[in-house]
Amino acid sequence: MATDFMELQPAALPANIRSHRFRVNRVQWLQTAETLKRRNARLLTLWGTDDRDRDGGFRIYAAYLLPEMVMVVEHFMDDSPLPSYPSLAGLYPAALRMQRGMTDLFGIATDEADSRGWLRHGGWPQTLFPLRRDFDGSRQYPAVSAPYAFVSVEGDGVHEIAVGPVHAGTIEPGHFRFSVVGEKVLRLEESFGYTHKGVAKLFESASQQEGHRLAARVSGDSAVAFSWAYCAALESITETACPARALALRALALEQERLANHLGDLGALGNDGGFAFGLTQFSRLKEDLLRTNIKAFGARYLMDYVVPGGVAVDLTADARGLLLDLYDALEPALTQMRCIYDEHAGLQDRFRETGRLEQATAETLGAIGLVARASGIACDLRVDHPWAPYDSLSPKLTVQAGGDVAARVQVRFDEILESLRLCRVLLSAVPQDGIRSAVPMANPGALGIGLVEGWRGPVMLALETGPNGSIRRCHAHDPSWQNWPLVEYAVLGNIVPDFPLINKSFNLSYSGQDG
Amino acid sequence: MVRQFGEVLLAIAIAPLFAGWIGQCRAWLQNRSAPPLTQPYRMLRKLFHKDAALATDASPLFRTTPYILFGTMVLAAAIIPSVATDLPFARAADAIALIGLFATARVFLSLAAMDIGTAFGSMGARRDMMIGFLAEPALLMVLFNAFLLTGSTALPSVVESSTAHAFPIDPSLVFAAVAFLMVLLAENARIPIDNPATHLELTMIHEAMVLEYSARHLALVEWSSDLKLFNYACIGFALFLPWGIATPGADGSLALGVAVIALLAKLLVAGAALALIETLSAKLRIFRAPEYLATAFLLAVLGLLVHLLLGA
Repeated sequence: MATDFMELQPAALPANIRSHRFRVNRVQWLQTAETLKRRNARLLTLWGTDDRDRDGGFRIYAAYLLPEMVMVVEHFMDDSPLPSYPSLAGLYPAALRMQRGMTDLFGIATDEADSRGWLRHGGWPQTLFPLRRDFDGSRQYPAVSAPYAFVSVEGDGVHEIAVGPVHAGTIEPGHFRFSVVGEKVLRLEESFGYTHKGVAKLFESASQQEGHRLAARVSGDSAVAFSWAYCAALESITETACPARALALRALALEQERLANHLGDLGALGNDGGFAFGLTQFSRLKEDLLRTNIKAFGARYLMDYVVPGGVAVDLTADARGLLLDLYDALEPALTQMRCIYDEHAGLQDRFRETGRLEQATAETLGAIGLVARASGIACDLRVDHPWAPYDSLSPKLTVQAGGDVAARVQVRFDEILESLRLCRVLLSAVPQDGIRSAVPMANPGALGIGLVEGWRGPVMLALETGPNGSIRRCHAHDPSWQNWPLVEYAVLGNIVPDFPLINKSFNLSYSGQDG
Repeated sequence: MVRQFGEVLLAIAIAPLFAGWIGQCRAWLQNRSAPPLTQPYRMLRKLFHKDAALATDASPLFRTTPYILFGTMVLAAAIIPSVATDLPFARAADAIALIGLFATARVFLSLAAMDIGTAFGSMGARRDMMIGFLAEPALLMVLFNAFLLTGSTALPSVVESSTAHAFPIDPSLVFAAVAFLMVLLAENARIPIDNPATHLELTMIHEAMVLEYSARHLALVEWSSDLKLFNYACIGFALFLPWGIATPGADGSLALGVAVIALLAKLLVAGAALALIETLSAKLRIFRAPEYLATAFLLAVLGLLVHLLLGA
């Protein structure tokens, strides 16, 4: 049965992108999800709140991205030993892990058959829920071994390879369980949560003025995207207008972040194909960029550059010159490297047809960001829902239909070139007003969201204010949540030694999804 | 006998140097600043000073394998005429026995890798076995080329007979040399078949087998790998670039001096060439390895055909 949104009286929601919220009951929770699905909605994130101290229950929120706006659906549950709501996983498969994570953290469950834990890993007792307001975040609990029930594959010659969470290289921890026949992957199951830092709990003890620092640390390689999303949410709630110069510099920083990560990834992808030459060249290009970052923005990885009301450091004329020099050196080097990659038969043999994610699979599973664009899905917040200053930049959308590692490589090359263009446009006319406006203390109980297209995809942050400049609840969502399950599909039918290459071509965040 | 021991000691001593030289060349070719030439020695020294950690399920096989590996590689070095041809050991074992030695080392390393029972060990072992059973026939075919030319299966006789001619290049040897180079790369766990520098455990072949080794055991395994590469290089020199190797007729110490210098010069060039090949290629998808080694085999067979049809 379709739901008419007007009946639900949507209310405007403070955000940097046109957003509405409406409240639904248990039945409408699923109905709205269905209606939105028919309108090509993508699930952005799910989050819960413990409002027992305020009105005696829990709330669950789902944010959907529609072609014309963002819809936040809110559902209230009465307090009971285990409050529950209908699962969205049937309509939006990406919801499954978010729901399981929420069960671990809030003790609110769904009617989903898969009720395994997702983030807990025996780190705290199963009867305690860290994000409930009566949980003391400073208490320590002994780690208890909690075996994870992997789905087993049976058959002649089928065996399992367990990889991680400790790997041979210095990388983030995650567990991958392969069921293989010979070298062929029959099934891959991921298990994460090893870098769960309790950021959401920490937000409860942070002030509104310093929350951006915590947000930047959810996934350090997306520091600008997360801190901008936080600031956008706070500024929307307090109706603060940022100076145009600050917005331009934020966009510049966001594109620098995209450049740094894409350069690093392209090098690593070459290296994983056994082409170490690529790694050294791209590492040099990335390092040049990071060194320019510290001179121009005061931080290599732009940590804490975006602050509420603006940016931390003004761009000097010298720094502007350095950046332009960097782009002039980077562009020809990149074009040359692209030629080498494209014409290297051995490398192309590794890239093409490897880890193919079909467009239909990507659509069904709700892919977002770079991964979706490499599988032929045209989506980019900067293009579809441009917020200032992207509304005046008209960024070009990059889409590749292939869905394989080669497509994800090409999207990165194209996006680097487009980012370079955007950076030059931004630098050609930086507005001359200030870099920071004062952000007043927000009223308690206000909800606002910030949405920024980071280099991986849309980073979303929902902020609910508390009294006296405190944060009641802050939910930071990394696009890796949606895209990690896709790796399990992309690897099917491939051979085990190609997995690292496929995984690197997605390069998703462990820290971001573990939270 | 002195020559025999001298040659073995020389091989043990300079094998890590050869690996270090390849590492340096590779770094330069990738525009990196290179590690010192002595880096492999420093690594060995570091490893020998560490305390060995053994997996709880390790059997004596796992512990003895590094010594067996090292022993077989030293024995192989004794058979290969790298500096002089009048080696007592070399008379006792021919090149086919040499391939047997390499196979013995492979079998022990694979068994040791599976001994621990980790997924990576057995994964590496089965991949290495696949490479091995494809590479060995190709190597045999390469050797047959030389045997056919010289009428002997002993490497010293091959060297002596080819240096006796003024210009020993035969068209069939060109095919054999290319095939040999391909086998050398595959057998020594180098790009394009394996990547010795990778940290990605799922892509490893040789490295996956030795993941559980540490300290002195790992040092011996690494040293054996260096020796294996050195041995392969010396087999290549004996077959295709035999100039300079001291033969029985020549003047004793002078010929030996020339032979050592010639060996070092050849290693210098060979190391640079290997680094160049490795820098220019990407790693092959593992299921391309059979095609790659079949090509090597085919080239070696073509060499034989060329010899039979044209050379005789």
